[in-house]
Order: sequence, then structure tokens, then C-alpha cells
Amino acid sequence: MNEFVERQMKLTWRPPKKSYDVVIVGAGGHGLATAYYLATRHGMSNVAVFERGYIGGGNSGRNTTIIRANYGIPAAVRFYQRSVDLYRGLEEETDRWLMHQQKGILWMAHSEAAVRAERMRAKLNTEFGAETEFVGPQQVHELCPQLDMSGGGRWPVLGASYHPQGATARHDRVVWALAEGAMQRGAHVHQNTPVEGLILDGERVAGVRTAAGDVAAGAVVSAVGGHVSRIAAMAGLRLPIRTHRLQAFVTNHYRQQFGPIVASSELFFYASQTARGEMLLGAEIDPQPSFSYRSSHDFVQDVCRRALCLLPFMSNLRVLRQWTGVCDMSPDYSPIMGQTGVPGFYLTTGWGTWGFKAIPAGGEQMAELIATGEVPELIAPFGLDRFARDRTMADRGSAGTH
Amino acid sequence: MSLRIPCPTCGGRSVHEFVHGEIRRVPDHLTDPDERDLDFAFHHDNEEGIVTERWFHAQGCRRWFEIRRDTTTDRIVEAGES
Repeated sequence: MNEFVERQMKLTWRPPKKSYDVVIVGAGGHGLATAYYLATRHGMSNVAVFERGYIGGGNSGRNTTIIRANYGIPAAVRFYQRSVDLYRGLEEETDRWLMHQQKGILWMAHSEAAVRAERMRAKLNTEFGAETEFVGPQQVHELCPQLDMSGGGRWPVLGASYHPQGATARHDRVVWALAEGAMQRGAHVHQNTPVEGLILDGERVAGVRTAAGDVAAGAVVSAVGGHVSRIAAMAGLRLPIRTHRLQAFVTNHYRQQFGPIVASSELFFYASQTARGEMLLGAEIDPQPSFSYRSSHDFVQDVCRRALCLLPFMSNLRVLRQWTGVCDMSPDYSPIMGQTGVPGFYLTTGWGTWGFKAIPAGGEQMAELIATGEVPELIAPFGLDRFARDRTMADRGSAGTH
Repeated sequence: MSLRIPCPTCGGRSVHEFVHGEIRRVPDHLTDPDERDLDFAFHHDNEEGIVTERWFHAQGCRRWFEIRRDTTTDRIVEAGES
């Protein structure tokens, strides 16, 4: 399918040059978005993206494609709302159909405590720009008639916070549209070219050692997912990152239309319907740190048990496909973006289970940082130095599942 | 099949019965006390390969023990003693 896409898009693939202004490690969503916004917003096209596999073949191809901004702290709400806005205009901007579909997301509460939490979330989100309202059981039922409002007798739906701008998009279309946009403006993407080391000039990172030779760079950006600790170690950095697996699966085709995305933080799962009509389910990360892409049967068992409490119709469906990605978890469940203290070396990591929705805003902000040399206000709170400054951005409640 | 953790008392049990415990090691080359505190509080080795780690059998014998596990495959290389 990959070769097919490459032929269809009539892209020119060039061998690596000896030097670039900016070298980005990792051709996933965040790496390509950074290249795309450098080219479109700042006219910087002497940029290369190095990828050890193929475009979007890492965690950009292993997520559940949910786009939303209903986070739990003001800085995060603002940042993700920027991403939601950029996603809405991305089809028109790239002139590619990204299958972006606004569905709304319902975040269910099954206890009085959760009702309070969801009410608070709705208020905070609305205050900082992400439209969210608390809706009662009757409205929840109208928005998603398939829900068992009694929650199997054990998890009654007492209400939900409703975030109408919640959306999904097709992940490979997003990464390829960004790759195409960047490449048409002169950026290079080098697939199957792993970065094996960094070139250091004193303290400074001055380039990368790749399988295709050494490449000098004015700035090196790590947009790696899953193996970022290894890249950072090459620059002498230790990161507050631990990598865990995250699994998801889809069922076979469900005949009816299932409107919104539904999530429950008490039952720890979320579900949406793909464009093919499959029900897509996800939940929390696996407990042990791991880089393995293996999926496990107990995950399907466990998530099905919980999902059937709210979505009993799913007992007639069959599990079709299951997959695993690896997530770089930061200790405060917020991303880490920006400068690193090592000159010439930038990071965009800690994307845990919330990376896909942040692709456009993450790329846009990183591009601005690299092009102007100044940390944009939107991502200033998410710098790597926040841990040393005792300014962590704790947001586990809203990032816990996806 | 889920990851099975070999508990020295109870035998192999599902990973969901256990709590994972990382063994934090601050590298010797860090000498500044503040830097060592920061490292201990936040940083991880996040090693790709064989790691020694502790597990607590929360829903079983409630004892801590050490095992060695390959994080790239999730294979248990060496079961430990309690």
C-alpha cells in the first residue's frame, strides 16, 4: 500500500544531502508536521526528516485517531484547542481528504463524584476555549441511543460532559498529507534511514549519523515515538520518560450508525465507530514498561467486559483486529516540547496516549520555536526544564485513557 | 495471552495481580545533589533490553521480589527469589 501511495502522489525522493538547516528524526505525525509548518509558515525548506521505517509506520499508525481538547488544566486546554482548530482547516489547507469527521465526545459519569468532576471539566474547558457542556441522562440518551443508560445495573449513566468538537480523522491520510505538503515545498523525507548517532561539536548537537552517512544540521529535532530515551542519551540527556504499550482493537462492521465518541473514566475504556463501520475500542496503557508490539488476549477480554456494561449491542460483534503501539509516558501526563538545554537539540516527546490529536499544533509550535528561536507562549509551560523548576503540569485525569 | 509474572511464592500469575516497581538508579557521574534529586524523582533509564525490576504481588502473597525481563519482547529472563 505504501508504494501505491508513493506512486499516486508523484513525490520526488532524493538522496540525503551533506547538510540541512534542520534535521528531524522520525517521520511520524509530529516530525512531518514540524517539517510541514517550517515550509508553509516560515519558508524553511532546507529540512530533512529521517525515518528508520516508513512514513507513519510507528505510533502514528497505531493510535485511535481521536481529536479533542477537553483536557484538565488551562495550558493543555488552550494547546489542544489550537490543534482541534488546525485539524478542522487541514483538509482545505492541504487539499487532501483526511476523512476528518466531527462527532462530539461524551465523557460519562457513573457516580456523584464523577458527575462533579465532569461538571468541573465542562466549566474549565469552556472557560479556556474548548466548548464543553454538562448534559443529563436524557440528552446523553438522545446523543447516543445505543447506550445502556443503566450501565448493566452497575454503572448507571448519571450524566456526561459533552465536547461537540471531538472528532476523528484517518491517521495515514494525515501523515501523508503533511509529508506531501512538506516535500512539495522542498523538504526531504528519507525512509528506511535510521539515525544511529548524533554529531557533537563540543556541547552542541551539529548533525546526525545515519545509515546513509553523516549529515550536518543547524538544528536537530527528535520527534521519535517510543525510542526517545535512546536518542536523548546520544546528546547526554536523561529523560523523565517511561515507555509503555497501549493496545486497541476493532470489531467487525456494526450495521447502525454510532454517532459520538464515548468514553468512561470509571470503566476505563472509550469507543467510536470507524468510517468502515467497525467499533474501535481502546483503554489504558499496559502496567509494565515495554517496547514490545505484542498484543494480549487479556486486554480484549478485559475491555470487552467493561464496554459491554454500556454498549450491550457489542455482544453480537466479533473482534476483527488488534494492535499495539508504544507510548512515551511523562510523569505528569503532559507532553514535553521545546529546547533541551543542549544547544541545537530540540525535543517533542512525552506524547503518551495523546499524540495524534496534537499533531498540527505540536508541529506548528515546534516549527515556530525552531524558526524564530523563541519559545511560543502556547508551549512554554511544556518545556523539559519544568521538572527541575518544580512546575509539573499534572493532567492525569484527562489523559488517562486516550 | 497476557504477561505472566513468576511469583516465587505463588507461581506464574497474570500481570494484573501485580504492581510494578522500578529500581531507581541515579548514575554515578551526576554529583550535584540537586541534579541527583531531580534524577531520582523524575528520570528513568527506560532501557531497551534486559532490566532488573521489582514486582509486588498485590492480589496474592503480598510480597516483593525481583525478576529480570527483556523489555523489547516482554520475556522473563530470570525469575527471582522473594
